[in-house]
Amino acid sequence: MTHPDYSYKLSINPELARTVLKAFLRDEIRKVGIEHAVIGLSGGIDSALACYLVAQAIGAHNVYAVRLPYRTSSPDSLEHAQLVIDALGVHSETVDITDMVDPLIARTPGIDAKRQGNLMARARMMVLYDRSAQHRALVIGTSNKTELLLGYGTLFGDMASALNPLGDLYKTQVRQLSRALGVPQPIIDKPPSADLWSGQTDEGEMGLSYAEVDQLLYLLIDQRYSPDECVEAGFDRAYVDRVWRLVRTSHFKRRGPVIAKLSHRTVGVDFNYLRDWGY
Amino acid sequence: MKINLGLAQISPRLADVRANCELHLAFIERAAAQRVDLLVFPELSLTGYTVQDAMSEVAHRATPSDPLMSTLLEASRRLDLVVGFAEVDERSRYYTAGAYLSQGKIVHVHRKVYLPTYGLFDEGRYFDLGDSVRAFDTRFGRMALLICEDFWHASPPYLAWLDGADVLLLTSASPGRGLGMDERLDSSRFVETVNKSYAALFGSFVVHANRVGFEDGMNFWGGSTIFAPDGELVAQAPYFEEALTVAEIDLADIQRTRKRIPLLRDERPELTLRELKRIIGH
Repeated sequence: MTHPDYSYKLSINPELARTVLKAFLRDEIRKVGIEHAVIGLSGGIDSALACYLVAQAIGAHNVYAVRLPYRTSSPDSLEHAQLVIDALGVHSETVDITDMVDPLIARTPGIDAKRQGNLMARARMMVLYDRSAQHRALVIGTSNKTELLLGYGTLFGDMASALNPLGDLYKTQVRQLSRALGVPQPIIDKPPSADLWSGQTDEGEMGLSYAEVDQLLYLLIDQRYSPDECVEAGFDRAYVDRVWRLVRTSHFKRRGPVIAKLSHRTVGVDFNYLRDWGY
Repeated sequence: MKINLGLAQISPRLADVRANCELHLAFIERAAAQRVDLLVFPELSLTGYTVQDAMSEVAHRATPSDPLMSTLLEASRRLDLVVGFAEVDERSRYYTAGAYLSQGKIVHVHRKVYLPTYGLFDEGRYFDLGDSVRAFDTRFGRMALLICEDFWHASPPYLAWLDGADVLLLTSASPGRGLGMDERLDSSRFVETVNKSYAALFGSFVVHANRVGFEDGMNFWGGSTIFAPDGELVAQAPYFEEALTVAEIDLADIQRTRKRIPLLRDERPELTLRELKRIIGH
């Protein structure tokens, strides 16, 4: 597919982004009376960046990083997560989730790779939330805007968190900010992967490249281009339709559970308060 | 005449009027120590911005007998104040309101006339529309008070100017958005351009108090400013940080600027009115 290069639209000022995101984390953690943060470090770029941001926001001594390997996790993942831990000086713990997940897998005949991957993501969530209770901390999310829009994440798994500083940054922008903050180069360079099975890569699994899809998403979502207008802008009709369909059909992951309305005032419908209500 | 202006760039607690009132009193104390004559707080400084269903718990009457108002009126004996609050009237209608308080009196209350209800904004759901734009006399001169969206439309500042306001007091709870290559967010750039333009176009002082802090991930970018009648920046508060920014302005700059560029003298409101009537079909 050849279309004009729209990647310039995704350029950000990393200092400005850092200033806002540090202030966000500091404000939204402390205002509810909490001093600490918990974050799962996968060895990937998103969790690395989020860890840098939260360590800078509230101090490394207040951050608890957790490495959560499974027996098929790439050895690189553990090493790369350790690079981040060493660079920042955050607290760390390694919790192998194999024994949490394998017994259920063994009892579930025919469970496919995707289901197993979701089990792992949810097991990780369990550990992070437990550690957040242990340390009186908030769980920091690491899903970026591209993943959130395309539904590339596990509901109640890696999507679960209290605060997510990366949710309004496209993957392309996560890379820019990571470079500027000094996230270790091996982490920036490697292909993104959920590392749920050997050889898995995000772009391989989705059949989309981040550099490409981020440009389209920016037009569709941020600039309110219609699908037709995206085709006029030079994107393939089939590609645009596919991406737009992914966005729409994954929307259930971005909403809370649907509650049946019976009363005059319903949670999630017309009971309107912010999470920050009273803070 | 010289006035010592203070911009109270605060981060209010959402739906906690009591805590916010204390915050106001603390800033007033600091301002008084710096001999501030007029201290301007941001939009909804006493309630926080995204009040939603908590409205009835945080709204107050704009009358001297209201306990919140009477506390602030007492403080206004030391210096003039502009405060932001949710006003409830005698028939339970709510307004985004700003009050100019001086020497124990409510000098003027402005009810926000443009309520953004699009994108991230939902003000039309919770608030009624104010229906007037008026200049008012203070002990320093004739001023007007407008709130956020009120000055994203050119008409209210224009009306205030024609009604005699030589100082435009603008208050906002402006959410920061638009991350690009610039060292400022798009919303900061836009608002600063607009404020500077109003100052230059009207040959007036433009005083803008914005808030800081976060509400459910929405940031308020601060960057409060004072612009002089020639469009030059007098003072600016930092971005994203609570601050009390104090600067002196000389009202004589107004007539000095208008001697050079008599836009007010040359303005033709009857032409404007005639064309408006034609355009809207009267």
